Amino acid sequence: MSIKGKAYIAGIYEHPTRLARDLSLSQIHAEVAAGTLADAGLTIKDVDGYFCAGDAPGLGPMSMVDYLGLKVRHVDSTDVGGSSYVLHVGHAAEAIAAGKCRVALITLAGRPRAEGMATGTVPRSRGGTPTPDEPFEFPYGPTVVNMYAMCAMRHMHEFGTTSEQLAWIKVAASHHAQHNPHALLRDVVTVEDVVNSPVIADPLRRLDCCVITDGGGAIVVVAPEIAAKLKRPKVRLIGAGEAIKGQMGGKVDLTYSGARYSGPAAFAEAGVTPADIKYVSIYDSFTITVLMQLEDLGFAEKGKGGRLVADGNLISGVGKLPFNTDGGGLCSNHPGNRGGLTKVLEAVRQLRGEAHPAVQVKNCDLALAHGTGGSLGLRHGSATVILERE
Amino acid sequence: MAATERKLPAPAISPETEPYWQAASEGKLLVKRCQNCGETHHYPRSICPHCGSDRTEWTTASGVGTVYSYSVMRRAPVPYAVAYVTLAEGTTMFTNLVDCDLDRLSIGMKVRVVFKPTEGGPPLPCFTPA
Repeated sequence: MSIKGKAYIAGIYEHPTRLARDLSLSQIHAEVAAGTLADAGLTIKDVDGYFCAGDAPGLGPMSMVDYLGLKVRHVDSTDVGGSSYVLHVGHAAEAIAAGKCRVALITLAGRPRAEGMATGTVPRSRGGTPTPDEPFEFPYGPTVVNMYAMCAMRHMHEFGTTSEQLAWIKVAASHHAQHNPHALLRDVVTVEDVVNSPVIADPLRRLDCCVITDGGGAIVVVAPEIAAKLKRPKVRLIGAGEAIKGQMGGKVDLTYSGARYSGPAAFAEAGVTPADIKYVSIYDSFTITVLMQLEDLGFAEKGKGGRLVADGNLISGVGKLPFNTDGGGLCSNHPGNRGGLTKVLEAVRQLRGEAHPAVQVKNCDLALAHGTGGSLGLRHGSATVILERE
Repeated sequence: MAATERKLPAPAISPETEPYWQAASEGKLLVKRCQNCGETHHYPRSICPHCGSDRTEWTTASGVGTVYSYSVMRRAPVPYAVAYVTLAEGTTMFTNLVDCDLDRLSIGMKVRVVFKPTEGGPPLPCFTPA
């Protein structure tokens, strides 16, 4: 069984806030749920499947289903960090194809900025029973930034990737963010700005890192017979893939991500190739994340990602591979430190022709969204979806 | 006043990994080797992650290795270096590079194990230039 063509993304919504001091976490979930259902032309009574991840308060979906007043017959709270919501799109399509639900709601919310969280620079223990890896890692001080930095360090060592090439990824994101009124950072930056920003963890600098923001977003995935009755442009899911990659029992290889597995699986299901893709949403926790994922997804040979991203090639209207035209996590939004959901949102905007006119890709009929969750340098989840305008 | 010494939290010890930490207290680095597939692995498990066999045994590592990758955390009260070190026995472990000039580290650098005290727990295996 394939999920190709078995489900459509009918509704999307991104919360406009980037600082949610006056909103509760569950309230943000409720507001984005209402927003995406309104976008689709559906109501809360139509929802019969609910998907959430570790950002939702409480144990799995229980508190949220009760709080939102949902009556569902299918739930899924798979948590693979920031990639969860990309994976949820695929899982929603599986559930719809199997007849387990027809209208699947996916929500994300977070308020790390209001809570003053030092997201990237402080080691964190999860508490409770330690994971098997934690005693061998946490005491050494792994943070979000230094673990991604080790991937960048190794990539530079093996392939000659440069800080200037990484900087081009941030430069492209900033060119897009200037057109997004909700983006946290709207100033266009240069390669010099990036490489002259302070080092956080060698070789990553401040402007190689994504923003820390509050907010959230939501997606509605529906069965074909529901999509047929709705008025919004039709965006069809044609391929999905997922993977987990870690330290492989000590055979550590930091030069590639789980996208090496999730990407080809999604392309095979969709029956398309990287050359067919008109727009990509690529998880951008850091510049190196984008570069490695683009290689692993097949947009460049391994080790040649630096050349792919340089010289404005990711800027819409300028380069050959427009990416993250909302400004992405590097400039616009990384709600709850989980950037996968917003990747799907901008891909859908592009396919609908509803991206900002300054960044809208012409004849955008095929797009890819990819997420990486957890830590690229320790263990992470990868999820890829390929979407088609019908 | 600048902080001078970085405090290392104690690792949580489980029955599965207690020998590793006991050996660390005695200044020895252990790795697990599988008697079925012959592979070493890290972090240590009772069941081999490479082949699934339960015939894993503790062996004492030589304590020498090379830096696979590293990063100096500059934005910290006391800057420090995280690293992956590939041991002579073949497996790669997450660790810190210590007692060294943080501006003179490199991938491929030869290193040897040293043990650093933790707050109320067994010492942590770290590495220093050989």
